[in-house]
Amino acid sequence: MLHDLLIAPFSEFAFMRRALIACIAISLSAGPIGSFLVLRRMSLMGDAMSHAVLPGVAVGFMLFGLELWPMALGGLIASLLVALLAGLVSRVTPLKEDASLAGFYLISISSGVLIISLHGSNVDLLHILFGSLLGVDDKSLLLVAGATTLTLLAFAVIYRPLVVECFDPGFLRVAAGGRASSSIGGPGAVAHLVFLVLVVVNLVAGMQALGTLMSVGLLLLPAAAARLWAGSVGGLMATTSGIAIASSLLGLILSYHLNTPSGPAIVLVAGFLYLASLAFGQRGGVVRRYWPRRHLAH
Amino acid sequence: MNVAHQHTHRAPLHIAAEGPAAIAVCNLTVAYNRHPAVHHLTGNFRDGSLTALCGPNGGGKSSLLKAIVGLAPVVSGHVDIAADRKRAIAYLPQVVEVDRGFPLKVLDVADLGHWRRSGAFGRLTGAHRRQSLAALAAVGLQGLEQRPIEALSVGQFQRLLFARLIVEDAPIILLDEPFNAIDQRTTEDLLRLIVGWSNEGRTVVAAIHDLDMARRAFPEALLIAREPIAWGATRDVLDDANLARARALAEGWLENAPVCDVPA
Repeated sequence: MLHDLLIAPFSEFAFMRRALIACIAISLSAGPIGSFLVLRRMSLMGDAMSHAVLPGVAVGFMLFGLELWPMALGGLIASLLVALLAGLVSRVTPLKEDASLAGFYLISISSGVLIISLHGSNVDLLHILFGSLLGVDDKSLLLVAGATTLTLLAFAVIYRPLVVECFDPGFLRVAAGGRASSSIGGPGAVAHLVFLVLVVVNLVAGMQALGTLMSVGLLLLPAAAARLWAGSVGGLMATTSGIAIASSLLGLILSYHLNTPSGPAIVLVAGFLYLASLAFGQRGGVVRRYWPRRHLAH
Repeated sequence: MNVAHQHTHRAPLHIAAEGPAAIAVCNLTVAYNRHPAVHHLTGNFRDGSLTALCGPNGGGKSSLLKAIVGLAPVVSGHVDIAADRKRAIAYLPQVVEVDRGFPLKVLDVADLGHWRRSGAFGRLTGAHRRQSLAALAAVGLQGLEQRPIEALSVGQFQRLLFARLIVEDAPIILLDEPFNAIDQRTTEDLLRLIVGWSNEGRTVVAAIHDLDMARRAFPEALLIAREPIAWGATRDVLDDANLARARALAEGWLENAPVCDVPA
């Protein structure tokens, strides 16, 4: 019974196994990526960048059809371009980064949708926006696994400067290199840039599995939930990955038995875990806040 | 017409006493959106001096410190730091510029002081760790090493940033309003540390608002209200005439100032 419910979908169908592996890979990336998006207060920026992927993907689709690599490359370029432009606009105009980012991503998504619908069908559009997890092939599995490997390796390198850059942005620029290197921003700024690139790489890698709109959900929601449980950066990343993997597993099983699209199912499970964490989280959850345990003696 | 803007920077300054300069400021102007925050400042922070940086809010104290460490936009002029100290300035930001809710432990923050020696990848040795623990003990945070920093009070957090300064062990130390929102006892403890650093021969500059404290504990002072007003022995700098001028300048800040015609 339990076997039928939980194990059989995966043991019987190769596409379910592939889907699970792809999601676990994204979940492992979600640990560091999602955690730092939340810690750096860049959650909405992550969301905006996921939308900015679309016109690049659309151009790739227009020129090469539903081929993975041209679409992924197009998405990567478009999203990085938008991130760069938004940063530039916030520096040379009075618009803050969030406003300029919102402007660019609205332009991106509308032009992307337009290009795809001019050159393909609504099925293609749905496929790109929401992915087709059950159609993950070897190529896209490799892309996801490669992105995760790159992410984890790169984080091993940028982890320390990134933490310090979040906590006390001025410190690194003063301590590491002093005035000479401050014009290029020092190691903190480099770490930030690498981090941005990694965010985009993961968004694009998750495109086939979850779609451009959904992949950010598996990166962000588990991290937001984990923030209500974990008290250290390491704990936050581990909890985030754990919640992401649990969401993937549960979402896939649910979508299999209920016969629903798998991407939204996974993101919805993650969303449910987020809501549950809001209520019961040990660090700032609503229950703890309004029904606190008795205070200590000293 | 902004009278202050036009004339005061030409007033002669008492340049800090003789001796080699640790930090030489030369005709420095720092500006945000073209409005100067520090205007044509020239003078030296003498090697080993202990200077109180005084002046009204918005008078350029923070901007001057930030310009020295390269965090503020220098529009003209320059800051020269003694060649052997270039990479060895410790800087205490205002508490509001640090994310106090970030999930780090107290000991982690003290360990940050080792950055110049460890860098982004270097390992912290047992000796490093002992220095961090000793610094935490010196600021009175013994026993709180494993606490998350979000659990600290403002005073405890300032003590923690001072512990990081101790670990940094830098010959030049710049402090941006170290006593804001800090109670008397913590203030006295931290002031003792500052005087101790000075006695060890370090060059210390602290932006402070408490003029009595400046007169009591800081041999030298720099008074600025965007325009430099006086720089030298504290009792000369913080006299009634200079303070009145600083007040008058602060009242005269205009939104539509004319373009400055002093050569850069």
